[in-house]
Amino acid sequence: MFNIRIVLGREIQSFFNSPMAYIFLVIFAIVSGYFFTNTFFLFGQSDLRVLFDMIPLVYLFFIPAVSMGLIARENNIGTMETISTMPLNTYEFVIGKFLAGFCLIMLGLLATSIHFITLVSVGTNIDYGAIFSGYLGLALMGATFTSIGIYASSVTENQVVAFIVGVFIVLVFYMLDKTLVFAPQSIVGIIQFLAVDYHLSNISRGVIDSRNIIYFLSMIGFFIYLTIQTLEVRRWK
Amino acid sequence: MIKVTKLSKNYGSVEAVQSISFDLKDGEIVGFLGANGAGKTTTLKMITGYLVPSEGSIKVNDMDIIDDTHEIQKQIGYLPELNPLYTEMRVYEYLEFLAGIRKITGKFFKEALARVVEQCGLKGVVHKNISDCSKGYKQRIGLAAAMIHDPKILILDEPVTGLDPNQIVEIRKLIKSLGKEKLVFMSSHILQEIQATVDRIIIINNGKIVANGTSDELMGDFMGNVLLNMELKGASIESIEHIQAKLPSVKYISLNESKGIQSVQFEYGKNKDPREELFKYAVKNKWSILKMNPRTTNLEDIFRDLTMEGNKDV
Repeated sequence: MFNIRIVLGREIQSFFNSPMAYIFLVIFAIVSGYFFTNTFFLFGQSDLRVLFDMIPLVYLFFIPAVSMGLIARENNIGTMETISTMPLNTYEFVIGKFLAGFCLIMLGLLATSIHFITLVSVGTNIDYGAIFSGYLGLALMGATFTSIGIYASSVTENQVVAFIVGVFIVLVFYMLDKTLVFAPQSIVGIIQFLAVDYHLSNISRGVIDSRNIIYFLSMIGFFIYLTIQTLEVRRWK
Repeated sequence: MIKVTKLSKNYGSVEAVQSISFDLKDGEIVGFLGANGAGKTTTLKMITGYLVPSEGSIKVNDMDIIDDTHEIQKQIGYLPELNPLYTEMRVYEYLEFLAGIRKITGKFFKEALARVVEQCGLKGVVHKNISDCSKGYKQRIGLAAAMIHDPKILILDEPVTGLDPNQIVEIRKLIKSLGKEKLVFMSSHILQEIQATVDRIIIINNGKIVANGTSDELMGDFMGNVLLNMELKGASIESIEHIQAKLPSVKYISLNESKGIQSVQFEYGKNKDPREELFKYAVKNKWSILKMNPRTTNLEDIFRDLTMEGNKDV
């Protein structure tokens, strides 16, 4: 646990030592703010629906961008060798990196709370439960995409390749829900279960079902496991 | 103590290291010499647990590198070949991070930091960004990073590559002083570097060990004849050419004459030094000796011999 904290701490420090984190947070806030305020006052509804619908789209590109360097950069500049020759378990390293990426995404999400404050000050009859579950869904989705991004980052030492692979995998899981019309009846259930969007929409509706939570957690676990294996295998090559 | 037994590593079909064995004792500075691509770095990467051997075993203080990787890594300080650093961090932040993974925190970290700053001469740069440091300082930061936990074993992969002569002398001094209490295993493809620093040399070529011993031992084993360059004045060509009849231990090789000065090359066996006799012979014949310069086989010749021979085999 201690080592995870050290890796996490270094990574966060490194985010904020470079312009990376600031650029990410500012752009995230501007993009989400633009789309939110554009329609919020037109609809005249006291909810954050628009924000919650739009953030997954921003996630599609932002999370692979945040996570692309997490491991690929270590491979590229060679610090992976320093890390691998320290008494540090691969899982501690990967989980530390994952949490660092996740923290940055959560900070971005926190920045959108300004819209929540707007809502509270101008809106009436606000459904706080739905807002809470909406944020919960976005947090889980963010964590899932981060674990995918980190896996993409571990398979290459080129950050651009990591970004493209990350966006691709994230898109696959995101689009699955939209392909249902074309899928044969027999596998519709499976595809739907694998689709990120399906589970997210359940949670954002305010239904916190253990099946959805388990889906997200197992996706995160699966990709973190894949990342650890990818790094371990390299030693044996 | 490190014991390497029949160690091999294959990258696909390429056999980078082929069944090498050697022992390293505590308190010894050992140089690992080889041409580029000979298998030095691969061997060091296996000893530090970065790569898993294809065959053979590595024991560090009776622990096996595969079963007790972390225990061994706790005792080893490693400076990788390209000295990778997190350049966006400050020097003390970087060292604090590495010390943290090794569970050295708070008061203990401060002590360790003071020690490595002193040893590696980092005083002026501790609060600087690593990216702002010069190449020489970066190398010392890498060394400090390898020593932050005061390891018993230091493994340095090409520690002086890319440094200027003054920096090389400094690093060399540092390594020597460290070698008094630690086992230092350093690789290099620069022979002078190794010769100036280490107690013992292991030469690797094409993944195989071709020599292992102190530099004197290697010289003794591999030294051939001595080449003697002389410059003479007033010597007749016939008397020089027929010297072998008078002095059987001397073999005449060649002669050049310009401006009344004869440059002669002789050869003699390393155990039969004929220089005194040659001098007396010259006096008797009224030659003036302007220069007498024996050139013994040096380590460089041995190294070239060993590594070229290996190349021919392939």
